[in-house]
Amino acid sequence: MISIKELRKEFTVNDKKIVAVDNLTLDIEKGEIFGVIGYSGAGKSTFIRLLNGLEQPTSGEVFVNDKKFSHMKGESLRIARQKVSMIFQHFNLLWSRTVEENIEFPLEIAGVPKKERKQRVHHLIELVGLKGREKSYPSQLSGGQKQRVGIARALANEPDVLLGDEATSALDPETTDAILDLLVDINERLGITIVLITHEMHVIQKICHRVAVMEDGKIVETGKVLDVFQNPQETITKRFVSQLTGVEDTLPTLETIFQHYPNGSLIQLTFVGQTTEEPVLTELIRNFQVTASVVHGNMNQTKDGPYGTLIVHIDGETKQIHDALQYLQSIDVKAEVLNNGSTNNE
Amino acid sequence: MGQQTTNDKTSLTEQFFPNVDWVQMWEATYETIYMTALSTFFTFIIGLAIGLLLFLTAPYNMWANHIVHFLTGSIVNIFRSIPFIILIILLIPFTKFFFGSIRGANAALPALIIGAAPFYARMVLIGLREIDKGVIEAAKSMGAKTSTIIWKVLLPESSPAIFSGITVTSVTLVGYTAMAGVIGAGGLGHLAFLHGFQRNNPDVTLVATVIIVAIVFLLQWIGDTITAKVDKR
Ligand SMILES: Nc1ncnc2c1ncn2[C@@H]1O[C@H](COP(=O)(O)OP(=O)(O)OP(=O)(O)O)[C@@H](O)[C@H]1O
Ligand SMILES: [Mg+2]
Repeated sequence: MISIKELRKEFTVNDKKIVAVDNLTLDIEKGEIFGVIGYSGAGKSTFIRLLNGLEQPTSGEVFVNDKKFSHMKGESLRIARQKVSMIFQHFNLLWSRTVEENIEFPLEIAGVPKKERKQRVHHLIELVGLKGREKSYPSQLSGGQKQRVGIARALANEPDVLLGDEATSALDPETTDAILDLLVDINERLGITIVLITHEMHVIQKICHRVAVMEDGKIVETGKVLDVFQNPQETITKRFVSQLTGVEDTLPTLETIFQHYPNGSLIQLTFVGQTTEEPVLTELIRNFQVTASVVHGNMNQTKDGPYGTLIVHIDGETKQIHDALQYLQSIDVKAEVLNNGSTNNE
Repeated sequence: MGQQTTNDKTSLTEQFFPNVDWVQMWEATYETIYMTALSTFFTFIIGLAIGLLLFLTAPYNMWANHIVHFLTGSIVNIFRSIPFIILIILLIPFTKFFFGSIRGANAALPALIIGAAPFYARMVLIGLREIDKGVIEAAKSMGAKTSTIIWKVLLPESSPAIFSGITVTSVTLVGYTAMAGVIGAGGLGHLAFLHGFQRNNPDVTLVATVIIVAIVFLLQWIGDTITAKVDKR
């Protein structure tokens, strides 16, 4: 669907060369929701702007639907862009136009006849749940409603790809979830490929099928969301994952926990998929002579199932603890023994 | 009863404004309105065009062109800094060539437009610069042509600045017509100077002033109403 080959983008600012996107190669499948996560300045916006030709690459190529997007110019680029539409962090609606006129804008650009425009706008307004607000101006809408207009506008010309640059970053958590639900709905109903840029792990976890982690213009890690969550390789990825599980927040307090529990072991359990459904702790206490108490817990829903971590304090005889750990490994739960100040894979 | 009031009024106006020739006064008013309307219209078109050109040729914009931007900007700045009365004098040969005379309302138009258009172009430019870059980028991402961006994004999105700017400019132009009147363009300024000041008829000056103030108030009111109507921010 989208094929990116050795894409590179340099900027020159005050005679200094900045490599915003650095030899990036990536394939995005048709119909998937692909997330790109990275910290500020990683080159995410530059990357997504290269996908619809808002930025031209220094070298490398971008193919969308087997059409070479990079180095396309003029009329052909303008027409191609109608099938790769974009939603924005700050919505970028025309304040001088009403909701329906904003949604109509891309159709005017594409030269769709007036009667058909009206019909499509009507349909799109229903799709994004804005019925009754057709005549409102953007200034009269909430952030979430504005993004719905942005999404409707982006869908107007029936695109193959929807690009979102921090599309939910200006919204509160609840509105973010509602907009993400809408994107999933669109993805499933219309089969549109969605590429989302974000710095929030929550967005990746909630709706993405695959994720790429971006750092200094490069993709350092990529894979299925659950796989990356379960087995983050790079330091930056681990940091993003812990953003979600909240383990990072509790780490400073581990010291105190160790003082609280001078005996026994602290174990971090990582659950993926169905195992979360099973009463693991109950089994543990029933089958082994150990005590187990939850120190910290966190559970998240991803597209492919639940994902979560528990930090548990287990006490008992060494042999029993050892057996308990082996049991945990056997049922596909990842268990890490936390030592004072560091973690250790067991 | 109606007859009585009319008589009273006639006598009253005669009593307070003995030297005012009302036919002449309305004619002068018409000339002032004529000059203001026409010069405002042309200033609007030309100022808008120059403002757009300045905006589009600025660095990183759609027609980014350093030379055109610099030249246009310089011309605007030069004409903006010439005092209007000097501009009229400078334009006398030009006006003579085109109109055969420097007298009359039409002869004043070039000076009025050249005096006001650069001023208005600056205001348009300020309005265009205030447009959110993201909105222009959104239009580009939808595949909009530059002409579409101009007509459907730049102009509507800067409309409050465009209309409030032309309001201020038209008020300035009323003042300019009065100045042009002094050197023979006609209108209320001409009347006030020639018949009011030079012949020592303060009542003529007073009435001409009141009418000019009324025109300015009316223009401001129309301008404010339109600006408020288009501003949906
Ligand atoms: N038009 C430009 N001119 C010069 N440098 C640029 C330009 N656009 C981006 N950059 C530089 O490229 C790098 C990547 O920027 P980019 O906006 O792609 O990052 P980002 O990952 O989107 O960050 P954020 O999360 O803050 O939006 C930065 O160092 C930035 O300064
Ligand atoms: Mg960005």
